[in-house]
Amino acid sequence: MSVLVYTENWDGKFKKSSFELVSYASKVAEMMGTSAVAVSIGNVDEAELKQLGNYGAQKVISVNQDNLKTLDSQAYTSAIASVAEKIGAKVIVVANNNSGKSIAPRLSVKLKAALGAGVSKLPISTSPFTVYKRAFSGGAYADVVLKTDVKIITLAQNSFDLIETANNVAIEKMDVNVDAPRTQVKEVQKQSGKLLLTDAEIVVSGGRGMKSPDNWAPIVELANLLGGATACSRPVSDEGWRPHDEHTGQTGKIIAPNLYFAVGISGATQHIAGVSSSKYIVAINNDKGAPIFEVAQYGIVGDAQKVLPQLVAAVKEIKGK
Amino acid sequence: MKILVCISNVPDTTTKVKFVDGNTKLDVNGIQWVINPWDELSLTRALELKDDASTGVKSVTVAHVGLATSEPTIRKALAIGADEAIRVNADPTDAYNVAAQLAEVVKKEQFDIIMCGIESSDFNSSAVGSMLAEFLGMPSVSAVSSLKIENGAAVITREIDGGKEIVTVPAPFVSIVQKGIAKEPRIAAMRGIMMARTKVIKLYEPVAIDALTETAKFEMPVPRAACKFVDAENPKQLIELLQAETKLI
Repeated sequence: MSVLVYTENWDGKFKKSSFELVSYASKVAEMMGTSAVAVSIGNVDEAELKQLGNYGAQKVISVNQDNLKTLDSQAYTSAIASVAEKIGAKVIVVANNNSGKSIAPRLSVKLKAALGAGVSKLPISTSPFTVYKRAFSGGAYADVVLKTDVKIITLAQNSFDLIETANNVAIEKMDVNVDAPRTQVKEVQKQSGKLLLTDAEIVVSGGRGMKSPDNWAPIVELANLLGGATACSRPVSDEGWRPHDEHTGQTGKIIAPNLYFAVGISGATQHIAGVSSSKYIVAINNDKGAPIFEVAQYGIVGDAQKVLPQLVAAVKEIKGK
Repeated sequence: MKILVCISNVPDTTTKVKFVDGNTKLDVNGIQWVINPWDELSLTRALELKDDASTGVKSVTVAHVGLATSEPTIRKALAIGADEAIRVNADPTDAYNVAAQLAEVVKKEQFDIIMCGIESSDFNSSAVGSMLAEFLGMPSVSAVSSLKIENGAAVITREIDGGKEIVTVPAPFVSIVQKGIAKEPRIAAMRGIMMARTKVIKLYEPVAIDALTETAKFEMPVPRAACKFVDAENPKQLIELLQAETKLI
């Protein structure tokens, strides 16, 4: 019996989100009186794999095969299912990101294991095994009982803190039978040097109240000064003022940063659905009655064009820049 | 080439949800039901592909698992332009059950491309599309933001962390669709609404599949503390407050 955690790497490196996942899995293992085992797919060197031990993995299984070079959800599912069966995993933890969402439901069918998707905290109980997840796009939460012997959890990003621990982790290389991949990656287009919205701890987001794409410089400057990412509301991306991958909201990206600045965003239900899991929300809007103020903890009623440059100046002063 | 679009029936996105029976069931009083937003975008893209003669797409079918009360949503899909509709006559229990029912439909009727929205706005589990593919042993591509048919083959753009990948996949396959796949959902024209009234919704009886999960209860989000307002004439105070209280700046 163990808790298996699938740790995704990006060009051979793990991001903080993978360590969050391992921290979470090791806590679940503790609740069940067992240990956490991490599985890594792809070419990751030993030093990098060992890092997973620093967050509670007691063992790391490394699967590095030619037929798993690019993500084919069917092939990855068969690989992770093989590992799970070999080690007798009772719980499998996967990230609730794009690749996790393509694998976890397939694992659920392959292993006939109940899926708790988009879970945002540790299980409420292990008997019956009950998880807490977002529902109605953040309008409510649900306690969901996973009724099967083996359970699968996808963990919402930024919902669990890192827990560092010293662990001398064992690394085992494993070959598994894999379904032949049928998707072929023809081209990869990566953005370099830009902080990912879903990874960012601070996000500065602009809405229609910014009036024009020409007014975006202070949004970008504030985000850069705070080491954060930029985002926008749906009308802004629909108008082509900002790229679609910056759209946060129900049909765009769902994010949970520690600090979210909503500048010139009135806060339509769909927008709030995408940002309501943020720890702190700051709203700047000239309409005192804007719904964004109902979810914000900090607010300024005023013209964003005047307020933003002063905020930028204040941050520069505090940071001594 | 035949496309199947799986549609879910969800409360309108502006609905403030409430629960009954000790917070175990959604209070359906006054709820306006709509096609799940991502499924609606899938349907839009499927119809665009059919409109383009070069793609070889001949028909677009919608399938839904739900009771007769969800027929208005299916009629809307027909009014927008779907050629055929199938309803599996079951009260959906969980994603596993829904995917299993849809898999039975696909086994009986052959489709080349199956499209599902990346998640439904009620349970937000992002599960049905990938589960359906696994039930059918088909390849699936998730987070699809563009789907084209070039020389009879599907060319797909999927979103990855920090970028995009262009992938190809042989039919039949499941495409799990997100924002970007189509611009705006189509609006049903009067002619479409009239035609939808006369179209037959094929009825399938469900197969016996146990749900693997059970929603024990719903909870409302914890209310946030009231907003602290800072004078617009002194925005610096906001940064000082954030520094002192959140420790994040």
